[in-house]
Amino acid sequence: MSIAAKANALWEYANPRKFLATSERVLPFFWITSLACICVGLIWGFFFTPDDYKQGSTVKIIYLHVPAALMAINCWLMMLATSLVWLVRRHHVSALAARAAAPIGIVMTLIALLTGAIWGQPMWGTWWAWDPRLTSFLILFLFYLGYVALWEAIEDPDTAADLTSVLCLVGSVFAILSRYAVNFWNQGLHQGASVMRAAAVTGTDTEEKVSNIFFYPLLVCIIGFVLLFIALVLYRTGTEIRARRIKALMARERVSG
Amino acid sequence: MTLTVSDLSITRGGIPVLEGLSFQLRPGKALILRGPNGIGKTTLLRTLAGLQPPLEGTIEGAEDQIAYAAHSDGLKPTLTVTENLTFWASVFGTSGIQSALDAFDLNELADRHAGNLSAGQKRRLGLARMLVTGRPIWMLDEPTVSLDKNAVQMFADAVRAHLAQGGSALIATHIDLGLDGEVLDVGPNKAKPKPIDDFDGGFL
Amino acid sequence: MIALLLRDLKLAFRAGGGFGLGLAFFLIVTVMVPFAVGPQSSLLSTIAPGVLWLGALLACLLSLDRLLALDWEDGSLDLLATAPLPLESVVTIKALAHWLTTGLPLVLAAPFLGVLLNLPVPGFFWLVISLLIGTPAMSVIGTFGAALTVGLKRGGLLLSLLVLPLYVPTLIFGAEVARRGATEMEVQTPLLMLAGITAATIALLPFASAAVLRINLR
Repeated sequence: MSIAAKANALWEYANPRKFLATSERVLPFFWITSLACICVGLIWGFFFTPDDYKQGSTVKIIYLHVPAALMAINCWLMMLATSLVWLVRRHHVSALAARAAAPIGIVMTLIALLTGAIWGQPMWGTWWAWDPRLTSFLILFLFYLGYVALWEAIEDPDTAADLTSVLCLVGSVFAILSRYAVNFWNQGLHQGASVMRAAAVTGTDTEEKVSNIFFYPLLVCIIGFVLLFIALVLYRTGTEIRARRIKALMARERVSG
Repeated sequence: MTLTVSDLSITRGGIPVLEGLSFQLRPGKALILRGPNGIGKTTLLRTLAGLQPPLEGTIEGAEDQIAYAAHSDGLKPTLTVTENLTFWASVFGTSGIQSALDAFDLNELADRHAGNLSAGQKRRLGLARMLVTGRPIWMLDEPTVSLDKNAVQMFADAVRAHLAQGGSALIATHIDLGLDGEVLDVGPNKAKPKPIDDFDGGFL
Repeated sequence: MIALLLRDLKLAFRAGGGFGLGLAFFLIVTVMVPFAVGPQSSLLSTIAPGVLWLGALLACLLSLDRLLALDWEDGSLDLLATAPLPLESVVTIKALAHWLTTGLPLVLAAPFLGVLLNLPVPGFFWLVISLLIGTPAMSVIGTFGAALTVGLKRGGLLLSLLVLPLYVPTLIFGAEVARRGATEMEVQTPLLMLAGITAATIALLPFASAAVLRINLR
């Protein structure tokens, strides 16, 4: 199959029926692998890695904190992408996927903030500091809240999809602006993004590295969270599609009744 | 300017309300739109005025030609009659509100605040508002609500004068205005609602 | 376009137009601050720039739900959408009218309220400058929020929830300018950022506002 044909075939999943059928087939795989990855990663991380010489066992919260934080941001990116697809190609499933993802993003942001607070208490001696990263996540949380509230407030599904999509686009720009503004505003306690930095992983950066021994179980946890996220989005999108179907059926009933 | 509508289907809140509607509105003619409440007359007028996209079909000759008068008529209670009309005249790039004041007998009320007018007077002001747009095709949604017999006559005269000058009018109303034109009966949409598109079809 | 601006200004100044409400709110908030934090003048002068910025922002926010809602209710927006005037200009004019009737009075009142909060003398100039540059952005962003929620029955609270996160960058840089100005630090960087944000929102956001307004009018 040529690339163009493949790309065309991809759009077929924008058909709700096809989407439901396929997602029901692949969902068990995502549920099982994600749970397996998270279990393995957490057990490995909690019981089979040494305590950090400085941070003690507190460091192990990283196995929840970092994956949740990554998913919180990536969830917004996914909503941005699906919103664009809705605005350009008007596939209902795309808009519904964005709607389905938002509450997951909220939960991930909350997990990141809470685990961060639990980690921060023994490390920095405070549950909360107006550090740029913490603040940015709080702002992201507010953006999620506004987005979900707008979805809930509008009755007509297409209007809601249009308006939330535009809000998602505009909000993304302002979220990035806020990130820079917050960085400028306060330099902060939080360490840099040390997990994905090549130097940190390979160990040449001795200052704030996450060493290999912590990194591999963390990687497993991240993969688990990604799979879990996909599973949740597929599952919730299915629910949204069924809700829309009920709505469509009721509308038909009213018109022909 | 002839308004040509062919095979038009429109939706309200995602539900198709009128389907396969075709008609022509020639200069100098009026078209009376009739049908029970909730049939989609307002939706049709809004679609023709370009406020919402049609589901299917084409509308020709509507661009920048339509003066639309809805149930609410964009008048500000704290502005005087003259101020209201002058504002809309300048938004539509026309001048001279005098003829509109004359047509609806508003000269005596010219300096009154719109908020102090009676319901019928307000309605007349709303129709005068449409006159000052200078657009040839009038779209009127239940224009005679809260007008007394005299005012209805005044309204019918204004429409007749408008038609005589080569304008046209599409009027959703239940009363006989004695105008030169056809009646378009829009019946309830008995047909099974069509899926909105392939993807929405997938929902059903 | 000028007709629309003049009409909006006229409406704001006539009875029931709501002009001055934002200003009164700004005054009341400022007066309440010492009651909440105590009357020590050193503390007040430290927090004055931030409090004044926040007060101006909230006063701006309060007046947003009238920005388009009245024109929506009486059908003016429908008629403006069919007029030979692009909706982009309509929302820009609306934002301008909002700024002239709400933002600008706040800017002018801010120094007097600064006296109440013991704002240090060098801070006055920078407070006015930062508000002068920042409030137009607040009007434009607020217009976007108002356009998003215009069709909703109880949109007021939702409007705040949507608009406040969008105000974050403006507030951070604006208050930073005022704060640095008050302590005689260098203000150039945040001032440029503030001006940049304002310029960019004025240039780009009306397109988004017009787009959501069109969706809502459908």
